[in-house]
Amino acid sequence: MTADLPDHITALIGKPQYRVSANFPVERSYGFNTLAATENGNPLYWDDDVAAELTGGMTMPVSTLSLWMRPHRWEPGADEELVALKVHFDLKEQLGLPEAIMSDNTLILHAPVRPGDVISHHQVLRSVSGPKTTKLGSGRFWVIDIEYHNQDGDLVGVESYTGFGYRRTEEVAP
Amino acid sequence: MSTRTIDEVTVGQALPELAHDVTATTVVLGALASRDWRPMHHDYRFATERNGTQDIFLNTPNLAAWFERYITDWTGPRGRIGRMTFRMRDSVFPGDRMVFAGTVTGTETDAVGCGWVGLDITVAVGDRLCCTCTARVAIPVNETDNPWARRGDDWTP
Repeated sequence: MTADLPDHITALIGKPQYRVSANFPVERSYGFNTLAATENGNPLYWDDDVAAELTGGMTMPVSTLSLWMRPHRWEPGADEELVALKVHFDLKEQLGLPEAIMSDNTLILHAPVRPGDVISHHQVLRSVSGPKTTKLGSGRFWVIDIEYHNQDGDLVGVESYTGFGYRRTEEVAP
Repeated sequence: MSTRTIDEVTVGQALPELAHDVTATTVVLGALASRDWRPMHHDYRFATERNGTQDIFLNTPNLAAWFERYITDWTGPRGRIGRMTFRMRDSVFPGDRMVFAGTVTGTETDAVGCGWVGLDITVAVGDRLCCTCTARVAIPVNETDNPWARRGDDWTP
């Protein structure tokens, strides 16, 4: 946290935001996309008998944790692009930083996620750095934590992202 | 079903390398699979002209999925990832041959009898180090143990 940060952003640090539940259940078929994209043949996710023996039934690849809270890009009634990790996009807009990348990601994995689960989450802004310049441009780093639960209230995972919002060096701030 | 147990693991042990030739399809497939529609993962002009990167590049959740695949290829299906942290030092682009390499950094059996392995993993493209990852992974302490059976206070990732 730095003294030059606008007060309304400082006020958000540590405050849970966007506490919502997914509007669709966890889908086994969508999990296959991740397995196919990474050519992951783990029988835990392909063989019902192995899943039954080891985990009491099918579970989803653990790295898909965030997927179940990532909205479809559009849904009826949406008047803008639906995005995951809304706090990240809020910071870009509020700090006037048009570009952003992620630099670090942590996943802490608790109860397995299963097909049919409905996942809920909330996002917490943990910190925002002072101005920094990298090879991409000038901006700020921020850390956002996300806690995920299933429909029974079981903790299924905690995730942390470090993002870097920036303006390319050759651009001039408005 | 192959099972790697903790008595087969020693500190300093190297994991087999995994090499994959990345194409634009690799990047787009991974972004689609993780429902990540940000254009730098599918739109060359956006990536190069807006983001200033050399091409579209692998997205974060897909990299996590590649780490998962690399780790469980080694552990077998009884291996259960408790925690992983990775830093993206440089991007992975179409045309890159990404190579995963890993080393065991520690082993322990916790207070409730769960076996844990610490791993350091890198993703490199030639001499370019793209990602570093540390992982804490539960593996069986013997052939009948199953880390997936651990719940509540018996699971300390």
